[in-house]
Amino acid sequence: MTIKQRSFLQSFWDLFCSLKLTMFVLISLASISIIGTIIPQGTPPPEYLAQLNPAKLKLYRSLGFFDMYHSWWFILLLCLLTVNLVACSIKRLPHIWKIITRPQTVFDNGLEQSLSGVVSFNNHDEPKKIKERIADILKADFADPLVTDADGAWHLFAQKNRWCRLSVYCVHLSVIIVFIGAIIGSLFGYKGFVNILEGESVSRVMLRSEKEIDLGFSVLCEKFSVAYYNTGAPKEFKSILTVFENGKPVPDYEHVRVIVNDPLSYKGITFYQSSYGNAGNYHFTVSDPDGKGTVPLSVNSDSSVTLPDGSSMHVIEATEDIAPYAQGLSGPAVQVELHSPNGTSEQFVVYANHPELNIQHARQHKGGAVIHYKGADLRMYTGLQVAKDPGVWIVWLGCLLMVIGVYAAFFMSHRRIWVRIQDGTVTVGGNASKNQASFLLFLDGLVDKLKTNLNKEKE
Amino acid sequence: MTSSLLFNMTTFAYLISMLLFFVFLASRNKALGVAAMASAYVGLLSQTIAIALRWKESYDMGVGHAPLSNLYESVVFFSWTIVLIYALLDIKYKYRVIGAFVMPFALLGMAWAQLGLNTGIEPLVPALQSNWLLYHVITCFLGYAAFAVACGISIMYLIKAAHDESGQKSGESSVMGMFPPIRVLDDLNYRAIMVGFPLLTLGIITGAAWANYAWGTYWSWDPKETWSLIVWFVYAAFLHARFTRGWVGKRAAWLSIIGFAATIFCYLGVNLFLSGLHSYGGGK
Repeated sequence: MTIKQRSFLQSFWDLFCSLKLTMFVLISLASISIIGTIIPQGTPPPEYLAQLNPAKLKLYRSLGFFDMYHSWWFILLLCLLTVNLVACSIKRLPHIWKIITRPQTVFDNGLEQSLSGVVSFNNHDEPKKIKERIADILKADFADPLVTDADGAWHLFAQKNRWCRLSVYCVHLSVIIVFIGAIIGSLFGYKGFVNILEGESVSRVMLRSEKEIDLGFSVLCEKFSVAYYNTGAPKEFKSILTVFENGKPVPDYEHVRVIVNDPLSYKGITFYQSSYGNAGNYHFTVSDPDGKGTVPLSVNSDSSVTLPDGSSMHVIEATEDIAPYAQGLSGPAVQVELHSPNGTSEQFVVYANHPELNIQHARQHKGGAVIHYKGADLRMYTGLQVAKDPGVWIVWLGCLLMVIGVYAAFFMSHRRIWVRIQDGTVTVGGNASKNQASFLLFLDGLVDKLKTNLNKEKE
Repeated sequence: MTSSLLFNMTTFAYLISMLLFFVFLASRNKALGVAAMASAYVGLLSQTIAIALRWKESYDMGVGHAPLSNLYESVVFFSWTIVLIYALLDIKYKYRVIGAFVMPFALLGMAWAQLGLNTGIEPLVPALQSNWLLYHVITCFLGYAAFAVACGISIMYLIKAAHDESGQKSGESSVMGMFPPIRVLDDLNYRAIMVGFPLLTLGIITGAAWANYAWGTYWSWDPKETWSLIVWFVYAAFLHARFTRGWVGKRAAWLSIIGFAATIFCYLGVNLFLSGLHSYGGGK
C-alpha cells in the first residue's frame, strides 16, 4: 500500500468518524423527511394525482416521492447514519473501555497536572493510619477505594458510575437494534386486512402487497356492534370473534371481545378492530305496469340483479326509516341505480311503505316495471387489520436500551477521586465526566471533612 | 367554583406575570421580579386545580376521562407544562429574568385556548380509550414544554451575543446587564434540552407502543409521527453540535429555536395543515 493510498483510506475513515458527518446526516434526515408529510404516501388519491402536471408526476414517480421512506436515497441516508454511528463508536470505544476497565490507580504528577482543583494539606501522622482513616471516609461518603503502594507513597483511588461512560454507545447501539427489528419485521412479517360477515369465518387474508396468505386457522365473526354516546358520537366498535383450528373452536379463544385498543392475538398474528359496514340482501317485487306478473327479486349489497325486462339494478344506499330525509314519508327505503338495455341509466328511491310512489314513478317512465321494496336482511361485517411482526420485540428491546442510555447519558456522571499520601502531605484530586462544577463542590466538602477528621485524630 | 372560572383566572395571572417580568427587565427592581414569579405561581396553582376539577367534571358528566383529549385540553396542558418546567428551572438555577422570555408562550397558549377554542367536555372516541393516552400525552407535552423554555433561553442567547459582539460594554446599567452571561445561557439551553430530549424520546416510544397495540404498526410514517421524528433529529443534532467544532454557540442556539418551531408544527401544524391519524387533536 502506498502512502497516498493509505492517506486516502485514512481520510475516508476520518470522514465516517466525524461529527460533522453526523450533523449533516441528522439535519438532512430532518429536512428530507418533510417531503413525505406533504406529498401523500402509498397510493395517493386520484384527485391529488389529477392536479399534478404530467412532468411533475413523472419526476415525483422517478424520485420515489410517493413512497419516499423506502426510496433508495432515504435508505442510503439511514445507512450513512448507521455507518457513522458504528465508525464513531469503533474509534472512541477502546479509549473509553480502557478508562472503565483499567483505571489509573496511581496519583502521579502527570495526572495531577491534568486535573483542576487539586488540594494538598499537611498531616504528619503515621501514613498508614492516615491511609486507613481516609479509606474509611471515602467508603462512607463516596465509594470503596483501591489502595496502592507505589514510589514510597500511598495512593487511593475511588470511583462511581464508571459504566455510565458507555451510555452514549448504548444509545447508538439501540438505534441499530431498532433498525434490525424493523428489517426483521419487514422481511418476516406482514400487514393485511380482512372483512368478515357476521356468522362467517375466514382463513385467508389479503395483504397490502396484494398477496393472499393462509392463516393456518380460521376466525369466525359471531357479532359486530356499534354503541353510541347520547351526543351521537361513536362510543365503541365491538366484534365477537372465535378462533377455529381443524374445525374446532380453540379453548380460550372463543367469544373473544375485540374493540379498538384491545386486539386479539393468536399464534403471533394479531387482529385489530379497524372498520365495519353493512352487507346482505335487499328484497324487492317487480311487476308489469298494470300490476300483473309479480315476481320476487333479491339483490346482494355488492352486486346487481337483472330485471325481467333486461335492465340491471343495484342498491346504492339503504335506510331503515326515510322520515329524516323526506318529509311526510316513513318506513324503509333504498336508493337504486337502474341500467336499462338501451344504455340509459337513472337513480331513484324505492319505498316499502309507499307503494303509490313506486307506481307513480313507473308511470312517469312509460312502460317501466313497478318495483316495490320489501325490506332487507342485512348483516354487519367487521373490518380487521391483521398483522404479524416477529421483529417488534427487538424494536422494544432497542427502545428500552435507548431510554436507559439516554437517561444515563444525561443524568449520570462517572466520578473519580484520587488521594496521595506522601512525606506528610495529603493530596486530593478528582474529576467527573459531567457537571464538573457540582462535583468540585462535593470534593471541597470532602477535603474539609478529611482535614477536620485527621486533625481530631491527632489530638 | 368551576374549572372554566379558574382557567380564566390562570390566564389573567399569566398576563400579570408576563407584564411584571417586562417591567422587571426594564426597571431592574428585584421586588418586581419576585412579584412576577409569585404571579406565575398563583397561575400555576389555579391551573393545576382547574385541570383536576375539569377531570372530575368529566366524571360528573358520565364521560370521565383525563383532560387531554382535544385541542383545547392539550393547549391548556401545554401551557401548564411550560410554567411547570420554568418554575423547576427557577428553583434550581435562579435566573428569574428568563421568565420574560418563557411566560409569553404560556400566556399565548392560555389566551388562545380560552378565547379561540371549543371548551366543551366531550366523550372519548374509541381510538383514544386507552391508558396509553395518559403516558403518551404527558411525556410528549413535558418534552415540548422543555423545548419551549430552551427556545426562550436561545432567543436571550442570540440577543445577548449580538449585544456583546457590538461591543457596547455599557454594563450594569443596561437591560443587558440583567441577562445571564452567554456561557450560562448556553448551559441552561443545554440543560433544558437535556430534560426535553429524553421526554420526547419516551413520548415517541409510548406513541409507537400504543400504535402497535391499537393498529398493529408501531410506525407508519403518518405525518404526526414523521414530524415528531424530525423534531427528534433536530435536537439530536443540537446535542451533537456541542461536541462539533464550528457548531457551538450561535448555531446551537439557532438549532434550538428551529427545533421548537418544528415542535410547534408537529403539535399544531400537522393537525391544521396535513391529514393523518391524529385528527382528533385538530380544531373544530
